[in-house]
Amino acid sequence: MLNAITAIFLCQLAGEAISAATGLPLPGPVIGMALLFAILAIRGSVPSSLARVGNGLLAHLSLLFVPAGAGIMLHLSRLEGEVLPLGIVLIASTLATILVTGWTMSRFSPGQRVAEQDNAGEPRR
Amino acid sequence: MSRSIGDIWAYLAASPLLSLTLTLVAYQLATALYERAGRPALLNPVLVSVVAIVAVLTVTGTRYETYFDGAQFVHFLLGPATVALAIPLYRQFDRVRRSAVAIAASLLAGSLTAIASVIVLGLAMRVDAVSLVSLAPKSATAPVAMGISEKLGGLPSLTAVFVITTGILGSVFGPFLLDLAGVRDPAARGLGLGTASHGIGTARALQESEAAGAFSGLAMGLNALATAILLPIVWHLVFG
Repeated sequence: MLNAITAIFLCQLAGEAISAATGLPLPGPVIGMALLFAILAIRGSVPSSLARVGNGLLAHLSLLFVPAGAGIMLHLSRLEGEVLPLGIVLIASTLATILVTGWTMSRFSPGQRVAEQDNAGEPRR
Repeated sequence: MSRSIGDIWAYLAASPLLSLTLTLVAYQLATALYERAGRPALLNPVLVSVVAIVAVLTVTGTRYETYFDGAQFVHFLLGPATVALAIPLYRQFDRVRRSAVAIAASLLAGSLTAIASVIVLGLAMRVDAVSLVSLAPKSATAPVAMGISEKLGGLPSLTAVFVITTGILGSVFGPFLLDLAGVRDPAARGLGLGTASHGIGTARALQESEAAGAFSGLAMGLNALATAILLPIVWHLVFG
């Protein structure tokens, strides 16, 4: 378990170093994710201790955004005058992005086509 | 003899324990409420915990900085958790490889939609210039979005607020919207949530399935890169 935590920290640390050294427009943890992925691909499997630690971290991923989220209180007064336009732009843009991305992927991905072929074999709705 | 309540409060408020406990209690209560109520989208646990914590801090007159001094230990785990997204990605990699072209096309379409819709709607709604630049990278993960915002003349801390709001909006309304649009493929749902709503969307996608979570984590990383490259180009094309 300790070795898995250490491996994750090392990947993040290497990612931070690469990000700072190269000026790549990617944060250290994202580069760290790519590094850990590369290691797993070379190794060919996920060690069970790493799987346990990873599951533990990801099971409560939402929680980890709460402290930063509460930072909205610092900007409440600035946002007051513009809440309506900003809110509309944020909602519309976020939903449009989800819809365009998800819909495009569902048109092209092999998974969906298989699902549609399966559906085609079913009795007419 | 015993100290006054004010002294005890001041003593506790100076240690990380109080902020950390507040964060965990708020999140667990919010999660329990969400489950009890039958998982309605609007009672999203991140949203409810943030509102509850802001309320507690405001009522007790506690500064956000004081709270964050302690809560940063939870915040810190975001980095390692992001690294750990490599695990579901590795497990789902056969699916990822099979749909590489579709992923690239969807991501590009989504990333451009995120940027263009902010610029078009923001100009139409007469959003002030500084807010508009700070808003534009909102779908990228926070550190990347803040860096882009700063380079283009925005306010990084305001961008952080927009990024998190975008994440919460996507995780509250995204799954419902994808249902409405008939998008059932976990890969497509994950890609949509991760592209639009970065890590918070990925947390939501992971609750649907490991496949959705893997594609969402991948989309979060790719869209950070795409936004960092595309947004400055689009910005200079539009605003010179």
